Amino acid sequence: MKILVAVKRVIDPYAKIRVNADQTGIETHNVKLSMNPFDEIALEEALRLKEQGLASEIIVISIGPIQAQETLRQGLALGADRAILIQTDQDLEPLVIAQLLNRISLREAPQLIILGKQAIDNDANQTGQMLAALLNWPQATFASKVTIDQQRVTVEREIDGGLQTLAFDLPGIITTDLRLNTPRFAKLPNIMKAKSKPLEIIASETLGIDLTPRLTTLSIKPPPIRPKGILVHSVDELIDKLRFEAKVI
Amino acid sequence: MTREIMVYDVVIVGAGPAGLSAAIRLKQLAPTRSVCILDKGADIGAHILSGAVFETSALDKLIPDWQARGAPIRVNVTEDHWLFLSATNAWRVPSWLLPKPLHNAGNYIISLANLCRWLSEQATELGVDIYPGFAASEILYNDQNQVIGVATGDMGRAKNGTEKSNFTPGIALHASYTLLAEGCRGSLTESLITRFQLRKDACPQTYGLGIKEIWEIDPALHRPGKVMHTAGWPLDNQTYGGSFIYHLEQNQVAIGFVTGLDYQNPYLDPFCEMQRFKTHPAIKPLFLNAKRVSYGARALNEGGYQSIPTLVFPGGALIGCAAGFLNVPKIKGSHNAMKSAMLAAEAVNNALSLNANPRIPLHAYPAALKQSSVYQELHQVRNFRPWFSKLGLFWGTLVAGFELKLFQGRVPWTLKHPREDRARTLKAHQASVIHYPKADGVLSFDRASSVYLANIRHDENQPVHLHLRNPNLAIDVCYPDYAAPEQRYCPAGVYEIIHDLNKAPRLHINAANCVHCKTCDIKDPTDNIVWTVPEGGCGPNYPNM
Ligand SMILES: Cc1cc2nc3c(=O)[nH]c(=O)nc-3n(C[C@H](O)[C@H](O)[C@H](O)COP(=O)(O)OP(=O)(O)OC[C@H]3O[C@@H](n4cnc5c(N)ncnc54)[C@H](O)[C@@H]3O)c2cc1C
Ligand code: SF4
Repeated sequence: MKILVAVKRVIDPYAKIRVNADQTGIETHNVKLSMNPFDEIALEEALRLKEQGLASEIIVISIGPIQAQETLRQGLALGADRAILIQTDQDLEPLVIAQLLNRISLREAPQLIILGKQAIDNDANQTGQMLAALLNWPQATFASKVTIDQQRVTVEREIDGGLQTLAFDLPGIITTDLRLNTPRFAKLPNIMKAKSKPLEIIASETLGIDLTPRLTTLSIKPPPIRPKGILVHSVDELIDKLRFEAKVI
Repeated sequence: MTREIMVYDVVIVGAGPAGLSAAIRLKQLAPTRSVCILDKGADIGAHILSGAVFETSALDKLIPDWQARGAPIRVNVTEDHWLFLSATNAWRVPSWLLPKPLHNAGNYIISLANLCRWLSEQATELGVDIYPGFAASEILYNDQNQVIGVATGDMGRAKNGTEKSNFTPGIALHASYTLLAEGCRGSLTESLITRFQLRKDACPQTYGLGIKEIWEIDPALHRPGKVMHTAGWPLDNQTYGGSFIYHLEQNQVAIGFVTGLDYQNPYLDPFCEMQRFKTHPAIKPLFLNAKRVSYGARALNEGGYQSIPTLVFPGGALIGCAAGFLNVPKIKGSHNAMKSAMLAAEAVNNALSLNANPRIPLHAYPAALKQSSVYQELHQVRNFRPWFSKLGLFWGTLVAGFELKLFQGRVPWTLKHPREDRARTLKAHQASVIHYPKADGVLSFDRASSVYLANIRHDENQPVHLHLRNPNLAIDVCYPDYAAPEQRYCPAGVYEIIHDLNKAPRLHINAANCVHCKTCDIKDPTDNIVWTVPEGGCGPNYPNM
């Protein structure tokens, strides 16, 4: 079985997010970028399936600027077999991403595609679902446990108030939740070897997809700064403040 | 324990300006030699914190076409101010009075972290293997007491030492020569200095702690290329230190405050000194209508010439600030770090070419260094720092200034650094408590909100990387005798004395706050704290510090 894993290069989860001066986007100058944490989990799951003998090849794919090669190299160091970069400097919308992934899926014919449930930069949570629709494949989103028996994939997913279990037959799409697994560390010798694994670069314009955005971002604002808390000295004072200043009781 | 082994001609610990320059020089001289660099930061530059006003002399030699290659060195120094501060006033020292090393014409204001990122691209192009996110945790020796390489730390160990599900054992990197480029107070460097007694013929190293913030300021007040240094307030007359304020690109200003770690009063708090410094009437206006975007801290060497240890040992050498080539009055070390690294690389290349007996000590390196500009400039300013320790701010600066201005350091005497910094710390009963103003949340902040801006990543479930040689000493000696100064000198709030109800006080270590400044390893009066590397990739993620 061939598995395709989509990975996005995003602002590192430990970096502090700042809105740029003209409020049109997030400041990315001097900000660390890394693999989207949900995608790390997606890749880890694929690697485990390969280790169980259930997968024969893992392809990591990213859509983004030329620097996204680093993210792909990281994927290769972790154990993916080869990588594809669809190169673009544009900020693409989820539907376009799904269409591009669709093109590659038709070419590569994977049986399973694993994606993070969302990218932590825009939290769109749409790509996996749209790709499933384009391919007309079954999908199981927010997976917290995956088991595969022959063609049958069983996925546990966390929903409000409990666990839901879904099953589908391959080919299909899984998007990963945080609790699915703990990603491994890349080993030094594997980082070394990853340098010689194949990484194909495809220009996004060559895939015949209209990349034009359909949405316009009007402005991006940081959350308002929370006013400083105060220390009250008695319950009466607290009640008084809640009633007359905050006017909540 | 058997580890997986990777073999290189040269292994370099630390991807700062020194480590990267050594690798580049080696590859320039012998493209086929295999060279790798390890760095404990999650990516290159993540642990680099500097000023920085940069002197290009070494880079000019290493990569003469750095400008064409797009090095992030763009802001010329345009204005240069030296101020003496009292609590309410500021006096500018006219530039004709300043000794030459204090002039900055021809220098650039840069982010050293970004320079390192660029250097690492140059090194990668030349074929150097660079591995960020891997800490060197141990020096490896053979049975002839020669250094044969380093081991990387294990990843995925739990706090209690057991293996977690993602446990990945460290590996051994073997090399003919191992270069230590860990920067100031390197953890492996210190172990080598002890093992090979490299400090036998040198003064103790003396240090400063630099605390730094980056601010985005009002564009109307921003003057790209402006450099300002201050001495005096808020430090007392006996405590060495001062500030720097550098106007970078994009409306950003770097503000740093350095406190000499030979300070005596255990109640002194370098973090609070930095915070109140910003409230000085001459400083404050710059930071109103401004936003703090980054915070960090790092120790720097101040021992200079007198404290240079023996630089070589069988199988390797110390380069850059791991050895300590910072020029104190200039507060510049990166050009010397690079220069020393290039000379060491040349010595390694010669030794490997002769191919006689690998790992023989690289005596050619210290010999070349003694003839170089590094020794020349350190020799010239050698008495600057000791004069201060002897005479205090006013007389110390005056005498040191005159010595430099009139004699360019050509005086027959060389003053010593008599003691380690920790040994200068007074007992609590001999000192008076310092009351610092409360943080106002506009100009001055508390530790928690500051450390937040260091972007620290640190998996809490790993062994604590700050070791106490004797766990009882902290409460039995350091607390009663010195009022537990680690609560104050640590710029990240790692050490806390906790008074549980009706129980004896205890020392709590918030290891996950550590910004790897190394101050605790230097200043603990009882020499009880040992800084070791945590899991690779942990610690601060500095942007353009
Ligand atoms: C506040 C401050 C202001 C300064 N201002 C200036 C200035 O204006 N101009 C100037 O020229 N110089 C300045 N300096 C000095 C300058 O920063 C240093 O001289 C320079 O950084 C030294 O370079 P280095 O490569 O020796 O070490 P570092 O830059 O410290 O780099 C060491 C690297 O090694 C890594 N490392 C350490 N131990 C390990 C390990 N065990 N395993 C893996 N990796 C490890 C670290 O993560 C780090 O990346 C300043 C320093 C400070 C602290
Ligand atoms: S624990 Fe030590 S090294 Fe870490 S931030 Fe505090 S003083 Fe610096």
